[in-house]
Amino acid sequence: MKRWRGLPHPWLSLVLWLIWPLLVNSFALGQVLLGALLGWAIPLLVKDFLFEVPRLRHPLRLLGYLARILGDIVIANLHVAKLVLGPKSRLRPAFIEVPMALENEFLLTVLTSIISLTPGTVSASLSPDRRTLLVHALDAQEPARLVEQVKRRYEAPLLEIFECSPM
Amino acid sequence: MSFWIEALICLFLILGSLFALVGAIGLYRLPDFFTRLHGPTKATTLGVGGMIIASMIFFGSQGDGLSLHELLITLFLFITAPVSAHMLAKAAMQQRVKYIEKTQGKPWDQ
Repeated sequence: MKRWRGLPHPWLSLVLWLIWPLLVNSFALGQVLLGALLGWAIPLLVKDFLFEVPRLRHPLRLLGYLARILGDIVIANLHVAKLVLGPKSRLRPAFIEVPMALENEFLLTVLTSIISLTPGTVSASLSPDRRTLLVHALDAQEPARLVEQVKRRYEAPLLEIFECSPM
Repeated sequence: MSFWIEALICLFLILGSLFALVGAIGLYRLPDFFTRLHGPTKATTLGVGGMIIASMIFFGSQGDGLSLHELLITLFLFITAPVSAHMLAKAAMQQRVKYIEKTQGKPWDQ
């Protein structure tokens, strides 16, 4: 992929440019220009700290994936609300080890965040070799099923949507 | 502001508050540290989500154009909440915080 030295992360610059007018809630010309300046300068200053974001292969499928996650968050919220308000004996907490097929740092961060955001599961720790993720679940009847669900529903689409180096 | 818009705003506000309340009840009721960790992550998703939708409808109906501030609040929450939950869990494992007996599996040594 072609890289310009003056603009090391064009997509990040674009996002920052958009975020600035949103933060000040004004799309006046001055703010848009200031946003452009920030979008250009910030990635340049922090470029040594950023990690590589893999190329997006299927932008449309990413939207579908995000919509599915939002739906899952709502459903899981209702489920956890029921657990919290119901009798405590119904809780079946568990520490579950989920093997990770992802290797990219950025995608790992995204996946662990998604696991934590969907209520009922919190990603607790990643093994030093980044191959296993420890997840704490509030209600795990069968840990094996939860592992399967995380891998099929959240991990596999990420691998498909982004271009990843094969294992 | 028309009655229906007001009703819609109220609905989202009440929904959001209810989920925030459930999150707080969870923090109080759940038996150990790790299960309590699930309370806050929930309150930030649907609880704040409901209030943010209500806020967008309210300021959107004031006629100042679309209010997109709220999307940023969601974005920042979604980025930061999992990180803090992760760090709390790691710290708890390092301190060997007790967990209830029927928990399946074991935490790792940090």
